[in-house]
Amino acid sequence: MQEENKLNGFELVYKKPSTLTEMPFHYCPGCGHGIIHKILMEVIEETKIQDTTIGVAPVGCSVFAYNYMNIDMQEAAHGRASAVATGIKRVLPDKYVFSYQGDGDLAAIGTAETIHTVNRGENILMIFVNNAIYGMTGGQMAPTTLLGQVTSTTPYGRDLKAAGYPLKITELLAQLPGAYYVTRQSINSSNAVRKLKKSISRSFEYQKLNRGTCFIEVVSNCPSGWKMTPVESLKWMEENMFPYYPLGDLKVPQN
Amino acid sequence: MDKNNKELRLMKGNEALAESAIRAGIQAYFGYPITPQSEILEYFTKELPGRGGVVLQAESELAAINMVYGAAGAGARVMTSSSSPGISLMQEGISYIASAQLPCLIVNVNRGGPGLGTIQPSQGDYMQAVKGGGHGDYHLIVLAPASVQEMADFVFDAFRLAEKYRNPAMILADGALGQMMEKVIMPEEGSLEKIEKSWPTTGKTSYRERNIITSLYIEPEKMEGINIELQKKYKKMQDEVRFEKIETDDAEILLAAFGLAARICQKSIEIAREKGIKVGLIRPITLYPYPYNEIAKLADKVESVIVVEMNAGQMVEDVKLAVNGKCPVEFTGRMGGMISSPDEVVAKIEEVSNKLSLINK
Repeated sequence: MQEENKLNGFELVYKKPSTLTEMPFHYCPGCGHGIIHKILMEVIEETKIQDTTIGVAPVGCSVFAYNYMNIDMQEAAHGRASAVATGIKRVLPDKYVFSYQGDGDLAAIGTAETIHTVNRGENILMIFVNNAIYGMTGGQMAPTTLLGQVTSTTPYGRDLKAAGYPLKITELLAQLPGAYYVTRQSINSSNAVRKLKKSISRSFEYQKLNRGTCFIEVVSNCPSGWKMTPVESLKWMEENMFPYYPLGDLKVPQN
Repeated sequence: MDKNNKELRLMKGNEALAESAIRAGIQAYFGYPITPQSEILEYFTKELPGRGGVVLQAESELAAINMVYGAAGAGARVMTSSSSPGISLMQEGISYIASAQLPCLIVNVNRGGPGLGTIQPSQGDYMQAVKGGGHGDYHLIVLAPASVQEMADFVFDAFRLAEKYRNPAMILADGALGQMMEKVIMPEEGSLEKIEKSWPTTGKTSYRERNIITSLYIEPEKMEGINIELQKKYKKMQDEVRFEKIETDDAEILLAAFGLAARICQKSIEIAREKGIKVGLIRPITLYPYPYNEIAKLADKVESVIVVEMNAGQMVEDVKLAVNGKCPVEFTGRMGGMISSPDEVVAKIEEVSNKLSLINK
């Protein structure tokens, strides 16, 4: 243990987990995906479940998640990650399975799959990265785009009459008996990142118990889509996203 | 019930297919109810859990086909089934499965369309089944049963071919074959070999690189490479062509029909021959790959070909490609869930026969 923490005589305070590949992230500077990928893979390395974990990547900015995560992965069609994860988990019930999706994927095109996967209590971890925009396609309105928020398809701001309300899908899912653990976290500070990591860790622990779906929403930023600097985007997220999508546990195991 | 007894049983096509799939060792079935094939899902929900498999009634055909993707990608022998509108919904997933080269079985118990259509039998999904159906350049392996026995037998053939070529296979039946009862001898349980697969996502061990199931290759050079690989595979598949010929040796008029339409043609041949008209039948069993060569050979000998289908003549262009102008190609059939009677087919045969004798005079 002592030696692992030393490198050429220096104290080793951080290293890239072996569960991340050598491929550099394609994410924009300041984007939350890189952090979320990293801590997810840290958990998988630390809990030594690389050989028993299968991930499902979505369509969206994290479509290439499988290029970075050094584990077996499947790339799902847009919105269908939780159905694909269901298929994997049902035939490999002893393996850990997680899906990783953005807001458009999970809460628009894939809403039916999302709700029914959780309602069946599929014994998987669903990670939902909510940055209130379609980043991959160039910054269009997402189901979670805030009222008044400017995107390329809401050039005058999201209008309630035209586009309805931002969807709080996590609150909705927390109502379902199939959900075992539902939490909303973020990546805006090192403290938040530590908390998120703990949530991911707990979710894999829970998956062993076979008691239902673990669902983690990560409120994240999109500096490019929001047309802000990374620092500005974090501030905007704290001031605008957090009031509408408050952080914290929505459902914790009762025992 | 003795699982391996070989005695004759009287079964519905849908149930025979499901029982056969359990005997073929399927590990999972994902499906959604739709007439006229809901008995398949019902049979599995009753039988499969007790016999070592997973059955899940999905929230939609969309979800079902993507569950198939996940399970097939995890290395399981897996299938789904639906009927025409449901199969249309699955097309996106089928295209992904074809691109990711995942073996699985998709059963289409075809009903009349287009649109919500009718629940009556049809062959209106021929084009969708054999030409691709979803987006992009791909093919399914397509088998067309014509009896309850073949509903059972072709499950084994479909899985064998799907796993051999890492390609989705389809059984294209119709509502009548699904619903009608016939005698059937079940294939022996466990007689379908399991092949070793190195590619499924079962968890990356330290002994191998990680396995990725994907259909995304953003660099067009790579995507073209995948396409070339697929096309090579489809070329290889041409060796798997299967067909049946009935009374073609002396035939002057050749009927070309698949599935239930071919059954009807057999009766029509009997009637026509009693009337002194020499008629035979070619029945493609594999609709993809298609027996172009065999039809071409027969076209050298016959004076005319009549395509008989339960659609608007979707197979006609494949027959014409094979015949290549050597003789006239005619069509008779009914649409929207209606089935030609043997006499209606005979009327067409007589019409063509009269035309030919006028020409030959």
